[in-house]
This record gives sequence, C-alpha cells and structure tokens, in this order.
Amino acid sequence: MTFYQSIAEGLFLAFIILVVLGSLITIRAKMLMKTVLGLAVALLGVAGIYFYLGSMFLTLMQILVYVGAICIVMIFGIMVGYTPTEVAEKSIKDWRNKFLAVLSAVTAFLLILVCVLKTHWVPVAAGNRDFSAVHLGHEFLYTYCLAFELISVILLIAIVGAIILARGGAGKTAVDIPVEEKIAGVREEKGETTA
Amino acid sequence: METISTLPPELIRMVISAIIVITFLFLNAIMMGYAERKIAGHVQRRPGPMEVGSHGILQMIIDGIKLVAKELIIPFNVDRTLFRVAPLLSFTPVILPFLVIPFSEKLQARDLNMGLIFIVTMGSVNVMACLVGGWGSNNKYSMFGAMRAVAQAISYEVPILLSILAVILMCNTFSLKGIVGAQQKIWFVFLQPVAFLIYVVAGLAETNRAPFDLPEAESELTAGFHTEYSGMGFSLFFLGEYTNMFIVASVATVLFLGGWHGPHLPYGEYLGVVWFLLKVYFLLFLMIMVRWTYPRVRFDQLLNFSWKYLVPFSLANLLITAVVVKL
Repeated sequence: MTFYQSIAEGLFLAFIILVVLGSLITIRAKMLMKTVLGLAVALLGVAGIYFYLGSMFLTLMQILVYVGAICIVMIFGIMVGYTPTEVAEKSIKDWRNKFLAVLSAVTAFLLILVCVLKTHWVPVAAGNRDFSAVHLGHEFLYTYCLAFELISVILLIAIVGAIILARGGAGKTAVDIPVEEKIAGVREEKGETTA
Repeated sequence: METISTLPPELIRMVISAIIVITFLFLNAIMMGYAERKIAGHVQRRPGPMEVGSHGILQMIIDGIKLVAKELIIPFNVDRTLFRVAPLLSFTPVILPFLVIPFSEKLQARDLNMGLIFIVTMGSVNVMACLVGGWGSNNKYSMFGAMRAVAQAISYEVPILLSILAVILMCNTFSLKGIVGAQQKIWFVFLQPVAFLIYVVAGLAETNRAPFDLPEAESELTAGFHTEYSGMGFSLFFLGEYTNMFIVASVATVLFLGGWHGPHLPYGEYLGVVWFLLKVYFLLFLMIMVRWTYPRVRFDQLLNFSWKYLVPFSLANLLITAVVVKL
C-alpha cells in the first residue's frame, strides 16, 4: 500500500468514527442543543465519506445543506424555544413506545440493507464528471425530475406534521385552546407551579 | 531514519503552503487591525495609535503579543467542550477557501470545478462558530449575539447566493479560474452592477461588519457571542473575522472586478497577484470606511432590508440576466 493510499484509508476510518461518534452524541445527549450539534458532527462525517468516494459536489452539498442550513435552522428553533441549560424531556417513557421506536429503526435499516444487497452496483463512468451549471440543471429538471418533486412532497408532509404537533394534536386548532390553558402549559413546561 | 527527501513531494508542498497561508493570515490581520484603527482615528478627527513605533505602526504586534501572553479564562458555568471548540470552528473554515482562491493565473493551489460552491460552503460553516461560542458561554449577551448571528446569516445568505448565480449564468462555470478568464474583455461589475452592489452589502452582513455588526454590537451586548473569551480564544475570533473579510473581498474581486486582470506586467501569470491584492485591499478599505461612516442598523431594519429589498432585487436581477443570456 502506498503512502497516499494509507492516508486515504486512515481518513476513511476517521470519517466512520466521526459518524458513529456524532450519532451516539445525538442519541445520548441530555440537552437538545447538544443533540443537534452531534447530528452536525455525524453529517460532517457522511460528507467526509462522500469525499472519500470522490464526489466533491455531493460533499459540498452535504455540508452546505445539512450542516450549514438544516442544523442551523434547528438550532435557531431550539434557541427560540428553550433556555440554554434546559434538559430535553424524555418523550419515550413507556415500554410500548420504546418497542415501537426500536422496531421502526430496525425495519428501516433492514429495508435499506435489502436495497443495498439486491442492487447490482455499476461504477460511475470516470468520464462523466461534467459539473457545469447547464448539465446540473438539465439533470435536475429532466432526468431526475420525479425524485426532485417527490422530495418536495416529503417536505410538505413534514411541514404539515410540524404544524399539527405545534398546535397540540390533530383535533385542536390554535383558536380552540384558551389563553389561560396556553399560559398554564408554558408554566408546566418550565416546571413552575400554577398559583 | 527518515530524511526529508524520502517524504512524498505533495506532502511537503502541502505543509509549505499551509505555513505560507497561515503567515499571510496573521500578517493580514495585523495590517487590517492597524488600518482599521488608523482610518477610524482619521474619520473621527484624531490621530489613532501613535505611541508604539513611528505613527504607531508596531501597535498591533504589541497587542498580538499581549493577547498570546494572556491567560485563557474559562468561566465557571460554561459548557467546557463547546467553549473551547468554538474559536477553532471559527478559524478552520476561513483557512480552507485559500485552497481555491486564484491570486494570479498560476498562483492557485487547486482549481476545483466547484470552487465557488466550496467557498460558499465554508462560509456557511462559519456561522456554527458564533453559535457554539455564544451558546456555550452560558451568558445572556452571548446567547443574544448568537441568535442574531444565526438570523442574520440565514437571511443574508439568500441574496449572496442569488447575486452569485447571476454571474454563474453569464460565464457558465463554478471554477474561479474560469470566471476570471471570462472577464478578459470586460469586468462583470459593468455588466452586473446590481449583483455587485447586492454582493458587497450582503457580504458586509455575512462578515458581521458594521453597519450590520449586530451579533457583537458593543453598545447593547458588550461583545456579543465572544463576550466571555480572553487571550487566544478572542484572537482566533478576531483572526477569523478579518480573514473572512479578506475572503469575501477576494470573491468579489474574482466575480466582479476581473481577478488578476490589469495593465500588462512582466511575468504577468505570476505578478497578476499585484492587481488582485490591490483590488482586494481597495474593497477592504471601502468596508472599513463604511463601518466608521454609517451608524448601526436596528435588528428589524436589518432583516427587513434583506427580505424586502435585497432578495427581490437580486431575484429580479437573476431573472433579467437569465432572459438576456438566453436571448
């Protein structure tokens, strides 16, 4: 193995460690803020793996979109809603929810695993490295148009879900909840007793 | 024993260029700090630093030594890991763009065909530093500074990217060398004056410079997100800020002012760096003058200015450019 190859292998290992470490922080951290920072570390590691695989464009997009935009918006949301030292509440309390969480995670993992094992992987032709704006635009709006649009539908679902959660359940609307109840809810979150 | 001749040449080249870049960073920060104080002085009809050296020329070096020698104070209730990581986070992403900046036709480390996106990406990571530092300090002022930094970064990244896109549409490449090459005949500042203005204004906000320096507004927040830092922690933020200004100015030079192009020089492919640096420091001079001439904006004014004026104008500019290029 040449010198450069060993450097590359070392970097690959470092990126893997970064991903695992970041994911562990994301799951285990008590503070919401640290959870998001752990997520940022994991996503940086993923970007590193793209870099190892030789796609500069994907690397940069991963950092720009996930670390530079999504994580920062998440942190902004947390900063608006929580005080710095606040510990995130544990939402998974009973065994049924824990079981469901593990089940969904394992199912998703297995589905991806099946996809990976069943696909016949073709190496990307080395000549196809055209990154001009014309080529990229063409690919997005013609070749991968359907995938592009489907992603936007997922985002729409996420937005609707977020609105429902923020309003406190599917049945309620913001108008339905009386002001006193809202204030009481806020107090409860902060751990104050209602006088 | 391994001698230097057995090491791979690429590695030696990398180490040497890293040393050159870091030396340049420190020199740039020292020069800019001095220029900032002198210009501030003259704008306010006072001489500025005068004591150390002739006309205070050694003042910044003395200040640097003072900062290095200072104790790094870590306050009692801060988040220790984050508090220590933040200065490094602010310094690392500002070194990386030097990989792709074309100082002259031959003086460029790597001509990535994604060069521009690379610089933009590093710029977006920079916000993370303000955030981590401000939140980790566990202090109201730092926290407010960090929140302002994020809101500002989110709203000003949009007009910056839109104004860059207008240029990309015209020369059809992300490679910085290619963009400069496309300006052989005419600089893009004459073809894209609106995009240039938007880029410079949004660039001021992106580097947290007055009149958009709300994350560190000293009259409201003591020093904003880096209130709690002392010694080298503070100096790394300081270095990061001035280097970031240099990068924003050099991207403006590459995109709009024709990069290394200028009147003919002998060994033009190397000495083009003279024109490049002249243009960059002219822009930096403008940035300093703006800081000491205009008052700081209010926060709602800052956000309104971005979303109500810069974004629509840059969108219209992009649309017109697209139509003209298509015709």
